[in-house]
Amino acid sequence: MATPFQLPSDAASDRPPQAPIARDRLLRLAVAGTAAGFFSGIFGVGGGSVLVPLLVLWLGYTQLEAAGTSLMAIALIAGFAAAIQGIYGNVHVADGLLVGVPAVGGVMLGSWLARRLPHRTLGLIFSAVLVAAAVELVLQ
Amino acid sequence: MIGAIAIGVAGGIIAGLMGVGGGVLFVPGLVIFVGLTQTQAEATSLLAIVPVAIVGAYSHDRHGNVRRREAVLAGAFALTGVAVGVVLANALSAQALRLAFAVLLVAVALQLVRDVLRQQSPSAQVDGGKPGARPDSPGHS
Repeated sequence: MATPFQLPSDAASDRPPQAPIARDRLLRLAVAGTAAGFFSGIFGVGGGSVLVPLLVLWLGYTQLEAAGTSLMAIALIAGFAAAIQGIYGNVHVADGLLVGVPAVGGVMLGSWLARRLPHRTLGLIFSAVLVAAAVELVLQ
Repeated sequence: MIGAIAIGVAGGIIAGLMGVGGGVLFVPGLVIFVGLTQTQAEATSLLAIVPVAIVGAYSHDRHGNVRRREAVLAGAFALTGVAVGVVLANALSAQALRLAFAVLLVAVALQLVRDVLRQQSPSAQVDGGKPGARPDSPGHS
């Protein structure tokens, strides 16, 4: 896939086997990864809401490439974070698997439905649900 | 047990529909419906995210949308940030952490509202390439 902001060294081929990544690009990846990692560690989320926009804005990714690449990074990030939380004894392994494994099917169903349902209305409803959850957390 | 499965399925469906991450749903779900503390819910959510992210990444990779080397680099570089974040999550009081998370939820809600309102009209849904629009495959966590 053509990518608008690829560096000259990467431009020759789509997947250069071991072409070195420019230092400047590495630095941006390091900052983006660190920020996403912090966000993931402190909030227990994947960090995609930090990583995706940074990959688009700083590293010239398309939205889809950012979504795909961030998911692979998130598998590592969430894995690290879960491992460190495990050392603290905070991970409820059975609950985590009971949530995470069915969620895979849920995401597939959701992305299938996304192409068939009114996104705008659902987005507004879902935003209200998030705000309700926020209020509930504050009141706990 | 039923509660956890329901959170997984519902959180997954909404994540896939909206293109938002599962974690933002798993954490409040685990606090409100399973009764975990905020810290336990965050820790458990992280574990739940891993299979979702792996399957999502695999699905995107089949469409050529994963830059594998940079994904691994970003993940490896994240380790310091992860460690600092987890230590801080454990150092803060449960109440402070819940409040901070509530702010995050409101921020995600606002971002989502902004994204859906920015779409020209409800009939512009076919366009999946815009920022904030749901991707063709499982959403980011």
